[in-house]
Amino acid sequence: MTPTDVNPRSEARRYWGLVAIAALVVLAGYAAAHTMEVHGHAVTGMDNRIVWGLPHVFAILMIVAASGVLNVASIGSVFGQAEYKSRAPLAGLLCIALLAGGLFVLMLDLGRPERMIVAATHYNLTSVFAWNVFLYTGMFAIVAVYLWTLMERRMNRWSAPLGIATLVWRFILTTGTGAIFAFLVARPAYGSALLPPLFIVLSFAWGLAVFLVAQAAAYAWHGRELPEAIHARMRRLLGVFVAAALYFSLVQHFVHAYFAQQQAYERFILVDGSPYPLLYWGGFVAAGSAAPLVLLWRRGPATTGSTLAAALLVLLGAFAWLYVFIIGGQAFPQPIFPGYEVRSSFGDGAIARYVPRWPELLLGVGGVGLALLITLVGARAFAFLPEDPAASPAAPARGSAD
Amino acid sequence: MSADRQGGVNAARRQFVGWGVAMAGATLAPGVMLFDLAHGRAPEAPASASVRWGMLVDATRCAPDCNACVVACAKEHGLPDGTRATDAQWIRKVELKDLRRGRTLAVPVMCQHCEQAPCVDVCPTGASFKRADGIVLVDRHTCIGCRYCMMACPYQARSFVHEPVVDPKPDVPRGKGCVESCTLCVHRIDRDQAPACVEACAAAGHRALVFGDLNDPGSEIAKRVAGYASAPLRPELGLNPGVRYHGL
Repeated sequence: MTPTDVNPRSEARRYWGLVAIAALVVLAGYAAAHTMEVHGHAVTGMDNRIVWGLPHVFAILMIVAASGVLNVASIGSVFGQAEYKSRAPLAGLLCIALLAGGLFVLMLDLGRPERMIVAATHYNLTSVFAWNVFLYTGMFAIVAVYLWTLMERRMNRWSAPLGIATLVWRFILTTGTGAIFAFLVARPAYGSALLPPLFIVLSFAWGLAVFLVAQAAAYAWHGRELPEAIHARMRRLLGVFVAAALYFSLVQHFVHAYFAQQQAYERFILVDGSPYPLLYWGGFVAAGSAAPLVLLWRRGPATTGSTLAAALLVLLGAFAWLYVFIIGGQAFPQPIFPGYEVRSSFGDGAIARYVPRWPELLLGVGGVGLALLITLVGARAFAFLPEDPAASPAAPARGSAD
Repeated sequence: MSADRQGGVNAARRQFVGWGVAMAGATLAPGVMLFDLAHGRAPEAPASASVRWGMLVDATRCAPDCNACVVACAKEHGLPDGTRATDAQWIRKVELKDLRRGRTLAVPVMCQHCEQAPCVDVCPTGASFKRADGIVLVDRHTCIGCRYCMMACPYQARSFVHEPVVDPKPDVPRGKGCVESCTLCVHRIDRDQAPACVEACAAAGHRALVFGDLNDPGSEIAKRVAGYASAPLRPELGLNPGVRYHGL
């Protein structure tokens, strides 16, 4: 099918139908947050042991992916690759959409969401959370200006410096996200200097996976074919990122398993602490890393379906990894009394159980809905679909002038 | 003109007044000092950094079957009686079994009022704060309920208010959606009373909890800490908690 085959009226109907579905999902998220607001977090599966639950898995997945999706823009604007430069506007839009979706979930999961004005006016500068307030708002601003330099012809000459600024900012932002956990000395799962770089590598894979899904959807929507050369390059790149993320995560567990004081936790998370070993090995390693690598690196022609499947599997693996990291990390008891068998009415010494309930699930899905809604509206309003050069290996690199 | 009225000044009278002031000072000073020690500070005065409130938990005196401190805390602060995973527990009895020797014991665990409190460091709005006298508190009017402090606390000492609060106590502001923890009964300390758990433990005849000013060498807690082996929980973290344990 070619772009001319698309019937405008039926396309408009499908578009507004999709917008309506995304808006309904956002409304469902709001309804869940309202229920939590009225009745308290007692209606969720979270408690005093599992204080961060499913909403944080959704939120951090989106925030980390928001940073990583800008890789596509950076490769275009900073490293001058024409194929990627034409994709920079879509990457910027996805970044803003994912960041908004993640913050939607994070803010509505607060115990007192109506006090956001307090968070905006009271800063404890020793808190990485307070730093992140600046980093997130700064990210919105810098990406918005970057998009302007890309879209406004007179501002094009500023797109390269803005691209560099965006690159630096998102590295700092993801360092900040990793540092949220790296600064936690209390629990064996966290408190590691490896976490910020690990989060940056994870962001590369997750962000590119989101981009490939959005790109595949956009091309299918308009009945266009992705040029084979670009397709192959992006597949190879995703494979490299997935392999690097897998390597970093395995090294983290390998090193921790060497420490006597960490071995009980590593055994819990990797061997016998159901459901976490299944999620780690089955969800992240097998389904989220090995299977996509096979799909991406196998010999033979690259199909759109296999790329899409690989990207979706990477996102499934991301969800599994974050679930293990965030919830498994809290489920394991803190070593307050080493050398003792411990028991109390507050769960000391016991593995905490967590069963998510519908409010936190709907809130998380609502955030994804908001990201989809912003992407749909933004892509329509600003015509962010990539314009590909002629599908010839000899096509000149348009971004090389930047 | 006599020698003691030179320049219009009566030297003898000046000397008399001087001695009088000195004697009055010498008479009143110990009283003023005693008042200061007994009451800590005037109601309008800020908390003093010269004081470091602390608690010593004597595990050799804590009876495993006694829950008096937990009951007293819940009553004093209007906390729920239940022990569901969503219920606030500012103090809990932890039962311990020594894995090498098989010895069993129990100790209460509450906010350890760390000098280097991780909860204070990570709180984005500064709602978690440390008073000058070492008491770690949560300003419930600026807590946004992000629970980062609960992630950071190495003693699992904080609770999140998961449900609407009914009939809170005037001295203990509580509210749904905020994080809270042991205040060391700051409202009682400021009225020159010991924390409710300490009083209840003494009333039960155990005296396993000793409360006082760690900076005052004359206080019982300072003498006990100086004279007997005691240690904080998780000393490797270097947080210098105000609560110490003896007999673990």
